[in-house]
Amino acid sequence: MSLMQKHAVFERNSIVLLIGILIVVAIGGLVEIVPLFYLKSTIETVTGMRPYSPLELAGRNIFIREGCYLCHSQMIRPMRDEIERYGHFSLAAESQYDHPFQWGSKRTGPDLARVGGKYSDDWHVAHLVDPRSVVPASVMPAYPFLKETPLKAERIGEDMKTLRLEGVPYSDEAIANAFADLKAQVTPDGSADGVIARYPKAVVRDFDGNPNKLSEMDALIAYLQMLGTLVDFSTYDDKANLR
Amino acid sequence: MSLEETAYAVFLGLLFFYCVLAAGKAVDPVFAFHATLGAIASAAGVFLIVRSFIDRDGHVEPDEINGKPNYNLGPIKFASIAAMFWGLAGFSVGIWIALELAYPALNLGLPWTTFGRLRPLHTSAVIFAFGGNVLLATSFYVVQRTSRARMPGLVTPWFVILGYNMFIVIAGTGYVLGVGQSKEYAEPEWYADLWLTIVWVAYLLVFLATLWRRKEPHIYVANWFYLAFIVTIAMLHIVNNAAIPVSIFGSKSYIVWAGVQDAMVQWWYGHNAVGFFLTAGFLAIMYYFVPKRANRPVYSYRLSIIHFWALIFLYIWAGPHHLHYTALPEWASTLGMVFSVMLWMPSWGGMINGLMTLSGAWDKLRTDPVLRLLVVSVAFYGMSTFEGPLMSIKAVNSLSHYTDWTIGHVHSGALGWVGYVSFGALYCLVPWIYGKRDVYSLKLVDWHFWISTLGIVLYITSMWVSGIMQGLMWRAYTDLGFLQYSFVETVEAMHPYYAIRALGGILFLTGAVIMAVNLYLTIRHGEAEKPAADVALAPAE
Repeated sequence: MSLMQKHAVFERNSIVLLIGILIVVAIGGLVEIVPLFYLKSTIETVTGMRPYSPLELAGRNIFIREGCYLCHSQMIRPMRDEIERYGHFSLAAESQYDHPFQWGSKRTGPDLARVGGKYSDDWHVAHLVDPRSVVPASVMPAYPFLKETPLKAERIGEDMKTLRLEGVPYSDEAIANAFADLKAQVTPDGSADGVIARYPKAVVRDFDGNPNKLSEMDALIAYLQMLGTLVDFSTYDDKANLR
Repeated sequence: MSLEETAYAVFLGLLFFYCVLAAGKAVDPVFAFHATLGAIASAAGVFLIVRSFIDRDGHVEPDEINGKPNYNLGPIKFASIAAMFWGLAGFSVGIWIALELAYPALNLGLPWTTFGRLRPLHTSAVIFAFGGNVLLATSFYVVQRTSRARMPGLVTPWFVILGYNMFIVIAGTGYVLGVGQSKEYAEPEWYADLWLTIVWVAYLLVFLATLWRRKEPHIYVANWFYLAFIVTIAMLHIVNNAAIPVSIFGSKSYIVWAGVQDAMVQWWYGHNAVGFFLTAGFLAIMYYFVPKRANRPVYSYRLSIIHFWALIFLYIWAGPHHLHYTALPEWASTLGMVFSVMLWMPSWGGMINGLMTLSGAWDKLRTDPVLRLLVVSVAFYGMSTFEGPLMSIKAVNSLSHYTDWTIGHVHSGALGWVGYVSFGALYCLVPWIYGKRDVYSLKLVDWHFWISTLGIVLYITSMWVSGIMQGLMWRAYTDLGFLQYSFVETVEAMHPYYAIRALGGILFLTGAVIMAVNLYLTIRHGEAEKPAADVALAPAE
């Protein structure tokens, strides 16, 4: 069988074999990944989407640190039961500023893509401190330490600068005011006009039930409470990105 | 000092100074801790290089003794024992988190012991620490034996093994302390990724350089698979982990990809970590250890060629089946499905090639439990590579996705295929490298086999039931058209299966403990191999 004999070229020369392997394994990835940077449906612009506010970003980093994505997805599929349970199916644009994405792969707990506004802050605090106090059959770990741990986010502006390098549209003003905005978002009686102007729909209030302390709990709940709230689906045009 | 020793000493010396500087300027405590570890390790590296230079006193191990290759076995011994150690650790953490899901109080309310932090510890410990050390040990052994040449380098082979295990330590301690970038199976932060890249390049060089010294005209099929594994993992690792650190003195970084693109890159990586780390690498083990232990040639040379190229070409496309019905465009997820189904063919081609190698030696399954482990691993490989394509079909995936069915599927591959082929390989390898006739006790291998098989059966079946049941409960409607179950009711229903799964894991760990004892006894008290009255080496095929 002559074709099989020709294969000896690969078997006798390690560099030819190595180059052969590289070519063969490169094709699939190139075909599947590269178009995603150009297709209209994957780079759609949707009204309402904005970068995370500094407090939300800090909360998101806690979400990542604690591995929440291992049990909670943030990707609602377009099936009847999912839409009824969690809300409108997730859009590509809704994770356009997520470095990295948080779609998850397992629902040991429910999807969180649209959890924002579904529960009160008090519920979230109680649930995170002791999940079984509000959901007796829950298997979620307790996170009592979040309430006690002060939020270390003086350098949040540096994080935003890094994200800007990667294409997240933070303005110079947003970066200059990063830590001030972060504190303003948990201070309901202060002036939070800047936060609202820079991050429309941002929720300004004390989240952890302790106005005297800026805790990790504040940041995490601020993040949870904004998830899925940015796009207004009463005005969203699902045909806008068809061609 | 040789150029190689000098280069490593200088490199590690510079690294030491960077680590000391980084420990001092660190912006977060975990980075300071890791920089301190790095400083200690690089100082120890310089010390070891200098000491071995003094000890060897100008003497260099010869490439051949009496016309026979003088194989470099030291690094292989280290990696074999490290694999056993990390295996026990990784299985134990797996049981711990399985019990956490059944009994959530075991999370203890502490940051370091929650499921979210221990789950990456489990997956990395079993895949990269246990599996990785098995791959390093076996690849260094197989490439030397099939090339009939000593692996070159005074320092490099040790640098690869010790550097890789250092990566494991940095990654694992990071997870527990809350440092991770939330990319599944790629959780280590940027500095650990960078370090792994350096180690991996050294690994590729040692592997290639050994091939270049080969005394056989042809490169043996196992080495094709090892090479594909090394090269492709390098490509996947670099692209998926592309990130910008917030500070070069801090642990936090942000991945350059976002949203849909990041999801696609992640599962292109994630599925091919399965395809190339857990499949191609371990198929290389199959292609060497099954024929060797059965004392039969590989069933079909042509089939191995087709198996190799078809497998590596098709596998790369399969990633998007993790993203069915998401915001990923439908054409991409359809491609992922179609290629996953096609992948069934080369997978079973490989399984047939492995199983049929036993032609004429099937009776050995009754008497040799090591061969039985190897053969059953190939059978599990066949089973999970049938289940995988099935689950990649969109209609099936709409039920199975987000449920425990996926976890069960992964473990039929991980425990049955990767675990058993690794166990079989270590039971062969440890006596060989320590110059023993065979493992200390085949009876204990038999016990290991049956106890862990029972464990796997409990694990897989409980996850099938819990996964399919939960999937069905999520989509169940009442006669009036309302969702029948709240989410937490479906969680409650999982409890008995989570308990059974943990029991399965405990049995699997019990088997591994028996193995560790057996390997220890082999090394300490095994019957020595009869000294070289051995016949002239049969020429390799």
